[in-house]
Amino acid sequence: MDLKLETRDENGRTIVKVGGEIDVYTAPKLREQLVELVGAGKYHLIVDMEDVDFLDSTGLGVLVGGLKRVRAHDGSLRLVCTQERILKIFRITGLTKVFPISDSVEQAVTAVD
Amino acid sequence: MDAQSSAVGTVAKTESATAVLLRFTPQPEHVRTARLVAVAHARRVGVEAGLLDEVRLAVGEACSRAVGLHQRHCPGEPVVVVLDAVDESDSGLVADRFVVTVADKVSGAVPGQRDGAAAADDGETAAEAAGTEATGAAQDDDEEDLDDAEMGLAVLTGLVDDLDITSGPDGGSVRMGWPVKDF
Repeated sequence: MDLKLETRDENGRTIVKVGGEIDVYTAPKLREQLVELVGAGKYHLIVDMEDVDFLDSTGLGVLVGGLKRVRAHDGSLRLVCTQERILKIFRITGLTKVFPISDSVEQAVTAVD
Repeated sequence: MDAQSSAVGTVAKTESATAVLLRFTPQPEHVRTARLVAVAHARRVGVEAGLLDEVRLAVGEACSRAVGLHQRHCPGEPVVVVLDAVDESDSGLVADRFVVTVADKVSGAVPGQRDGAAAADDGETAAEAAGTEATGAAQDDDEEDLDDAEMGLAVLTGLVDDLDITSGPDGGSVRMGWPVKDF
């Protein structure tokens, strides 16, 4: 299954909607997208993971890399995720302490980072 | 003995007549295939449905790790995965354990003190390192993302209770087991 990526701007944030499987094969595509956005001056990102079917440690590494990039510009990276099987991976690695996670895009867009 | 048959030989002693053997070139696109096969076989031998997501993620992590090791050290060598239901309790009656072994051909790849369970024992998580590093400036690609292998081991050790990671002069293996409810 391919990784699907869509971006749009809303309320001063850039929303990256991700669909499909984020693994060792597809994660470079997500990394490319995040690098491109930061390169274009988009420093406040929301990664919407509601349509993600699978996430592994490579995907986690890409998200951490994205977080480091935006923070280098005093930016933010917030996740949208309610799927228990995806949230479990963030909990196992303790990354729930690193990423702010919202239940919906609407909530993420209005959140204060 | 050529490279491929040697790699298979590494794990052949763990095989039974019911085993499924996968052997693939160390390419990231094949990891998904390994995940799909693992879940299909786990379901067939009677692993509980609630554990199948765990099997999928764990096998994917172990295969990703092996692919990464092979790409860096021996790109011509295949990664070998053996999936089997075994009678681990030696009851002599039925298989009671679904065991997956992912073998690599890289010696000395066992995690160090900061990796996986060792880090967890110290109360440290991959996230703490990530959080600390996330406050710094973006660096080179190799450095900006938390080391994938370390993160993979953190996921594996946090996810799988029955996990054994070993390494020897001919390569290493990740062995994982899950209960079979009805074989």
